[in-house]
Amino acid sequence: MNSTKYEDLRSLCKKFRKIILETIYNAGSGHPGGSLSLVEILTTLYYLHLNHNPKDPFCEERDRVVLSKGHGCPALYVILAELGYFSNDELKNLRKVGAMLQGHPSRIYNGTDEIKFVPGIEVSTGSLGYGLSVGVGIALGFKMDNKKNIVYVISSDGEHQEGSLWEAVMFAGAKKIDNLIEIIDYNKLQQENKIEDTVSLEPLKEKYLSFNWHVYEVDGHSIEEIDNAINQAKIFKGKPKVIVAHTIKGKGVSFMENNVDWHGKAPNEELFKKAIEEIENS
Amino acid sequence: MIKILDNKPSREGLGEALVELGEIYPNLIGIGADTSQSTSLGKFAKKYPDRFINVGIAEQNAVGLAVGLSLVGKIPVVSTYAMFLAGRCWEEIRQSVCYNYANVKLVATHAGITVGPDGASHQILEDIAIMRVLPNMTVIVPADANEAKVAVKKSFDIEGPVYIRLSREKLPVITQENEDFVIGKAKILKEGKDCGIISCGVMVYESLVAAEILEKEGISCRVINMHTIKPIDEEVIVDTAKRCGCILTCEEHQISGGLGSSVSEVLISRYPLLQDFVGVGNKFGESGNAQELMKKYELKAENIIEKVKKLVEKKNKV
Repeated sequence: MNSTKYEDLRSLCKKFRKIILETIYNAGSGHPGGSLSLVEILTTLYYLHLNHNPKDPFCEERDRVVLSKGHGCPALYVILAELGYFSNDELKNLRKVGAMLQGHPSRIYNGTDEIKFVPGIEVSTGSLGYGLSVGVGIALGFKMDNKKNIVYVISSDGEHQEGSLWEAVMFAGAKKIDNLIEIIDYNKLQQENKIEDTVSLEPLKEKYLSFNWHVYEVDGHSIEEIDNAINQAKIFKGKPKVIVAHTIKGKGVSFMENNVDWHGKAPNEELFKKAIEEIENS
Repeated sequence: MIKILDNKPSREGLGEALVELGEIYPNLIGIGADTSQSTSLGKFAKKYPDRFINVGIAEQNAVGLAVGLSLVGKIPVVSTYAMFLAGRCWEEIRQSVCYNYANVKLVATHAGITVGPDGASHQILEDIAIMRVLPNMTVIVPADANEAKVAVKKSFDIEGPVYIRLSREKLPVITQENEDFVIGKAKILKEGKDCGIISCGVMVYESLVAAEILEKEGISCRVINMHTIKPIDEEVIVDTAKRCGCILTCEEHQISGGLGSSVSEVLISRYPLLQDFVGVGNKFGESGNAQELMKKYELKAENIIEKVKKLVEKKNKV
């Protein structure tokens, strides 16, 4: 991958950060911190690696993405809209009655009796600690059918405090589910406090290694590092793979960065404008 | 006379059904949690080892895996003890199975007090309540092994979540093999005009025994096998109410939230009338032989008889 390509993606990330904030500002609520920390991870995944087709969102050959940290969905929605999965207008309705895009991702349109699927949303999530099991199940299904599809599960650091997640880690390691790549958005904060001051995950890398996973560690805001890690993870056989992506919660907006206050609230007009200005001048 | 065809646990119907379904559905995947010999899922595992997954003692993961598999076209059947499937995995079942509208079959065995000697930790008496409350879920409580088998087979006609509740203990088999079975359509086992008895699972046989004795004493009961708790057969409930003027519901479950409550919900909005309940009253069970426990916790035919008599007396006073 040449450096111009990375440069282009970096400007795209800047654009995404602004739209994420605008979307949350319009919605009046949401999770800016954990959305902003995800931007480079999702951008690299969707623009450089994912086998998918926004024009045919349910095609069988597609790779699957499970956003286990459902609260980071504004980042996913913004990218899906940019790629053409749905219109940008949908972003304006986020969290509103009758909207396609829910406060946490739902694969089915809510509020109607009809079973209709939302393009780009593979699994309904929002309650932490469940996405990895579902992702492992999808990967296992592909393996049973000798299919080449890859499953990407994007998890949060905080949800590693849920026991159910470790059931999936243990199973995937024991059964060598190697068409699965988990990416942990390790932004070091949970809703109320720092992870390390709540219940520390450390040593996280060693935990995964001891569960028979192959582990990569990257700067989760470096597109180049994420790209390299996914490239290697795609080729590595025999074990499930995890990319521990060290990120900054609220990345890109100085007053949101590393600040638990910005886990789950929308900015007011003044702070919204300030945030946009900051991103533009960065 | 009630015709008893056999005496075996309803859980055996699961294994028998899956062995047949495995032929028809190459995408059927059995998922167990270290209990497959006792759930009878082992029968499927033996015949189709490549389509069986034992997740170990990790029920939450079993449900999550099932959802993932269903999203790529498999039809997973998760089976373990009801306590650990419905109980421990309630949130996974809500968030991952029902909210995703996943085509996952949950077949829970060892439900109710008839689990016996293992004691209250294993005797779930709350699962009907917590499963039927979930949107998108179908809930079936078969009366015996034959009905269990046909219920498991019919659950494959539904492209969505189904919960089937089975028992550990040997039970009289009172339904024919391959008897007509429509999910959501109750079976009228006996006609009568004085009291309607609506039952499910283990209690269907007890209700028939009670009705036979009552008949001799001059009280005629209409006996309904309400094998599907959700969607419940509203028409048969209203029809029974109109014919009989009072209804007794019988279940091996807490009185709160189960079959009795489901029937009450229909009656109160469509045809309010006298109702009473046979079930467990806000208690945990204990260790003991299944039949002795049914006696102690007032789930036997004699308890049904007593309550029917009181209901009929009340009805006649009104």
